[in-house]
Amino acid sequence: MEITTRSLWTLIHGMGFGALYLLASSGAIVALFRRYSTEPSPQNQAGGDRFLGIYLSIMAPLAWLTVLTGTYIIYPWYRAAPPKDTVNLGVYPRSLLLSHPATSQWHLIGMEWKEHVAWLVPIAITAAAFIAIRYARDLKHHSQLRSALLGFTAISLFAAGIAGFFGAMLDKNAPVDGGQTIQLIKGE
Amino acid sequence: MSVPANIVSEESTIIPNGSGAAAILSAGIGSIAVAIFAIAADKSSFVKNLFVFYKPTGALSGETTVAILLWFATWAILDWRWRKRTVALRPINAVALALLGLSLLLTFPPIGDLF
Repeated sequence: MEITTRSLWTLIHGMGFGALYLLASSGAIVALFRRYSTEPSPQNQAGGDRFLGIYLSIMAPLAWLTVLTGTYIIYPWYRAAPPKDTVNLGVYPRSLLLSHPATSQWHLIGMEWKEHVAWLVPIAITAAAFIAIRYARDLKHHSQLRSALLGFTAISLFAAGIAGFFGAMLDKNAPVDGGQTIQLIKGE
Repeated sequence: MSVPANIVSEESTIIPNGSGAAAILSAGIGSIAVAIFAIAADKSSFVKNLFVFYKPTGALSGETTVAILLWFATWAILDWRWRKRTVALRPINAVALALLGLSLLLTFPPIGDLF
């Protein structure tokens, strides 16, 4: 059982940071909705606000790690230009997608949208995490801040969903592969 | 009749919403900056070349770096101005969420290509 270094990084970016972020943000929306749609007891209030701040503070670096690994580690491999007269475009995903009308839109719409929309995620969730930490117990006095918290988290989930969907489809049509081979388990 | 001490202290320690408003509005501005820079780089090869901060990543490196710097700068300035104030948050929320929504739309290539 083997994996290449590029595949491993794609796995870390998409299945590690990205998928974890999607799971965490859907959980955050449920937690936010439940937190502010019911009246908690004073004991639950303090613990819940602290937990929410910590939870969103973990989500923010997760979003940053996802976009930074995607933009600066995987994207250069994805967009690398093949040498002239290259016949096998297997390790040049962008060129491989653009070489056929049936797959070109995965790059022209999918990747072009994904590479930019993904950056809205860390911006939105960092602002949300800041508000959750800064105001903590005081959020009960600020209904508009609570609305913004929920709105920003929901938009970050939506943007991450777009990036995740196209990431998965791009990897299905033209996987980022190559580099050193890492042997995970030796065959019999 | 005396007012219970805990109620007085709770009301007197409400944090002004200015810092939160600064975070909200600056996030909207940072998001729309990502979309505007992406469109600008797509339309002009001069702008595209300007945004190539890291060659392997191309113009995306500059578009996002400048947008993030703009976001942080806006956040710092607004926070400095609003930190101790209570501001009208409803219109700020509306503008910020509209900017975020617009950013989602403008980064979608068929819409971005209309400009």
